[in-house]
Amino acid sequence: MIEIDKLTKLFEEKADAAGLTSELEQLRVEFLGKKGYIAEQMANLRNVEADRKKEVGQKINEVKQFIEDAIQKRFAEMLAAEEQRLIDKTEAYDESFPIDTETGSYHPITLVQREVEDIFRSMGFSVEDYSEVTDDFNCFEALNIPKHHPARDMQDTYYLSTGQLLKTHTSAAQNTILRKYSADLEKGLPLRAVFPSRCFRNEKIDACHENTFFQMEGMMVDRDISISNLIYFMKTMLSEVFQRDVTVRLRPGFFPFVEPGFELDIQCLICGGDGCPSCKDSGWLELCPCGMIHPNVLTAGGVDPEKYTGFAFGLGLTRLAMMRYGIKDIRVFNSCNLKSLSQFTDRTFNTSEKED
Amino acid sequence: MFVSMNWIRDYVNLDGIDLKKLINSFTLATAEVEDIYEKGADVKDVVVGEIKTLENHPESNKLHLLTIDIGDRIVNCVCGAPNVQLGQKVAFAKAGGRVVAGEIGKATVAGYESEGMCCSEKELGISDDQSGLMQIEGDYPNGTDIKSIYPIDDLIFEVDNKSLTNRPDLWGHYGIAREFAALTDRELKPLTLASLDYDGNERTKVEIGRPDLVYRYSCIRMSGITRHVSPADIRIRLYYCGMRPINLLADLTNYIMLEIGQPTHAFDAGKIDKIVVTTPESKRMFTTLDKVEREIDENTLMICNGSEPVAIAGIMGGLDSEIVGDTDSVVLESANFDGICVRKTSSRLGHRTDSSARYEKMLDPELTMLAVKRFVYLVKSVDSGAFVSSALTDEYVRKYPEITLTFDKKYIDRYTGIAISDERISKTLTSLGFDVVLADDVFTVKVPSWRATKDVTIKADIIEEITRIYGYDNFEIATTRSPLKPIASSAARSQDNEAKDLLVKKFAMHEVHSYVWCDGRKFKKLGIDVESNVTVLNIESSENGVLRNSMLPTLLCAAYENKDFGESYGIFEIGRIINGTTESGVCDEQKHLGAVLFDKNGDEKALYFKALGMIRCLFEQIKHGKPDFRKITPEHNWQHPKNTAEIIFEGQRVGVICTLHPQNLQKLDKTASAVCFELDMNAFDNAKAYQISFSEPSSHQSTYYDLSLIVPSGIKFSDMESAWGKLEIPELTGIKLIDTFEKLGVKSITVRFFFGARDRSLGMNEIQERVDAILLKLNDIGVRLREQ
Repeated sequence: MIEIDKLTKLFEEKADAAGLTSELEQLRVEFLGKKGYIAEQMANLRNVEADRKKEVGQKINEVKQFIEDAIQKRFAEMLAAEEQRLIDKTEAYDESFPIDTETGSYHPITLVQREVEDIFRSMGFSVEDYSEVTDDFNCFEALNIPKHHPARDMQDTYYLSTGQLLKTHTSAAQNTILRKYSADLEKGLPLRAVFPSRCFRNEKIDACHENTFFQMEGMMVDRDISISNLIYFMKTMLSEVFQRDVTVRLRPGFFPFVEPGFELDIQCLICGGDGCPSCKDSGWLELCPCGMIHPNVLTAGGVDPEKYTGFAFGLGLTRLAMMRYGIKDIRVFNSCNLKSLSQFTDRTFNTSEKED
Repeated sequence: MFVSMNWIRDYVNLDGIDLKKLINSFTLATAEVEDIYEKGADVKDVVVGEIKTLENHPESNKLHLLTIDIGDRIVNCVCGAPNVQLGQKVAFAKAGGRVVAGEIGKATVAGYESEGMCCSEKELGISDDQSGLMQIEGDYPNGTDIKSIYPIDDLIFEVDNKSLTNRPDLWGHYGIAREFAALTDRELKPLTLASLDYDGNERTKVEIGRPDLVYRYSCIRMSGITRHVSPADIRIRLYYCGMRPINLLADLTNYIMLEIGQPTHAFDAGKIDKIVVTTPESKRMFTTLDKVEREIDENTLMICNGSEPVAIAGIMGGLDSEIVGDTDSVVLESANFDGICVRKTSSRLGHRTDSSARYEKMLDPELTMLAVKRFVYLVKSVDSGAFVSSALTDEYVRKYPEITLTFDKKYIDRYTGIAISDERISKTLTSLGFDVVLADDVFTVKVPSWRATKDVTIKADIIEEITRIYGYDNFEIATTRSPLKPIASSAARSQDNEAKDLLVKKFAMHEVHSYVWCDGRKFKKLGIDVESNVTVLNIESSENGVLRNSMLPTLLCAAYENKDFGESYGIFEIGRIINGTTESGVCDEQKHLGAVLFDKNGDEKALYFKALGMIRCLFEQIKHGKPDFRKITPEHNWQHPKNTAEIIFEGQRVGVICTLHPQNLQKLDKTASAVCFELDMNAFDNAKAYQISFSEPSSHQSTYYDLSLIVPSGIKFSDMESAWGKLEIPELTGIKLIDTFEKLGVKSITVRFFFGARDRSLGMNEIQERVDAILLKLNDIGVRLREQ
């Protein structure tokens, strides 16, 4: 049997030689196992004289404790070394590596339309959806534009082989909307509706002109809707659209389906009214035609103009999108060109206006 | 239209008013002003100079050496004008002064000192004439500032003609002056008119052949006209307002048109015997005074001398009856023709004139007499020898009805939403020429003739008159009576938006917009026929006339054109198609979602399954249901005969998926593959959406069992699915495709079957029983277990 005093030294020699956790385990068995050195010492304790028993026992326990601690410490060291080895051999990844994200894109009109529709819904407007093909009655007749009216010359209409036509303006839905809600009016419910849609005009296409473009018609009819309401509403609505307080001004504008009719200008958002190339130095941008719905239009829609008044307005969604995103060439919208269109990856608006 | 503030000031005293501010209020109250020009701002220190000596330049044929008396001294000047004469009074721009071309300095010209410049009219900006020196009429002292003699200084503003469409009264300065009078609350002075005194028997006979196209025809003859050039102030006004001075009589007719808006025409009296206003019986040619020969048809209203046409009514006179310099006697026509007739004729001839532009607006027939009297006055005031040499002829064929409107104050209050005083209402309307009577809160308003041809016809029109002069900027604004509360989006709109979101965000597709008509030229590149459908009658390019009956051909063209965008991409559009016509003969318009997947190096089958996955996802996410697919024979010749299938949901066809026919695919790309699908969004939106049915997951363990199967040709996966489906095994909780391959024509497939029960863990025996049952059913359709 090895002397207890030499046991520590023996352990230290062997422990130094152990390089693997398995060797360390062997060592633990050798010294601390049931048949290990410490157990042997303990078994031998009964042969020790009674007066030394306590002293020797204490000694054995000390050695045992020392070995246990040493093994544990050594074990922890080995584990740490192993982890460090794994860390060392791991590659440091390059976050800047070009990764194909496979992002889709929305059409810019969709983005603008959603934003504007949300605003209108928040103000109690229903969003209507009607066809692109319409007829003479809806597009002109019901809008107080009789045959031979010069206003028909202003709009170059695409006529179809069915005798119908492609809608030249979203106002073509006014009659349908009035009819749809005239009964509600009688129940005391105000009519509030917007109608976003494609419109078509027989025009030569260039950077500023398209034959296919988006507008949004808005209507509000109720008892006692006034010009004062119209100005208030347009200002509030446009401030929402442009996400800032806008200054508006109204000028007389002639549209057969409104009386009085207005051209609404907003103070130029780029120069704030001082004059810049965007507003052709006038400080104002002509933004949307609007007006009090003509009594003949109300009548044609089954609404009594003596009881109800209302206003209507048109927002050029294509124009709005151009302003929003700084799109200078209107042909981008119908180009199907993904190099342009794939840039519109999210519904968030680019709120800073871009200079022309 | 150009408007001269000098001219306006003939009729309204605007002293002490900031004119630019006033012009801005005109924009806000009446019509849009596009530009303001400060005429004369670039002319400075130009004085009357008298040519005292004149010598030829020793070395030049053209140049002369002059000494000029400019009042305070004599100056030297080298002058190249051809019409220079000794003793002539000229406009002399002194050194340090300015003309339109720039500043004038002392200079040495061809070796001689020149202390200024003798000016042409063009150099002073008052005409295009640069043929020679401007001659100063009248005996002004040398050194007199030219601006004190001629109205060179003027503020000209340009009104957008479009914004005057509905205002026939604003096509002359007098009407605009009336607006300024109302805006400034100042008096509108009357026009100075001549009396038409004549005692004799001469009278120009007028016969109206087409009373349906004529409102009024007035004419009178004047003789003894010896002056042929208009005075400078008239010429300058015409020039500033965009017209070229011609000769006295032509200039005066233009002047009257610019002044009161009434076009007139001066015929050479020697060439007019009897005027007949009618349409020709047959087509013929006619040369207008711009020397263009034009084809006149049976609908063209003509002015004829007897049977010989001399003018196209309301548009332009003929070359043969044109006033030439030496005419001393004229017949002045001042007429009112039907606006629609003039508009149609002018657009048919492709010839719009200042005159036709005005007639189109429905001029007030009362103006014709005003124009006659004004013409006589102007001719006489310019040429004292001129006199009226016939009685007036005035055929007033038709009058517009007088319009009187009544409304109460409450109506105005309700419509405006603000309180405008009775006094203010009356004052505004009166200043605009309306007759106003207010009794017991009721206004009775007579519309003046110049607003009663179409412009003001109902009481709502009166609102505009009151409010625009009141000023929209002065409105107190208020929210509506009923609060603006948010409302929900409609189901259809939400579903369209969800579909877009899924395609963009989950499947990285790109949304595009394309035209509603087919592009024949692009289709041809892909070998796609334009199928017959409703057409656009008046589209510019005949290849584009047919409306699309499917989204896909256009989107395939778009896919083709984007080949340099990337290796693989998907595009989609929610738009409209026209599915022919309905029973009642109108367009059957439908809202469709079209999508095309394109992969340059792609495996078509993988792409097809990707598309199927998208469709399934759309239905599962939006409808919480599963679509079925059923092979169909192609409906378009570009669809693949084998891989075209209907998409069916709830037993209804809602769309189609297909690959391309090899002939089209080859043209699209030699190596790429493309898959497309189209959904009828009206059907999709209207289809039933299932509720989510939640079931608690089992807490017991589930197990799976893989079966490798040999599938005979002709058996579809759905056949196998329905085979084991018949067993209705409640413990079969799902299946998954693990592997599929084909070797020597034998199709193998490995399917994983998941088993589980809610109340217990299944034992091996239980599972084996069920697997055996499944295999038995599969054997019935010829599917058997693969030998290991």
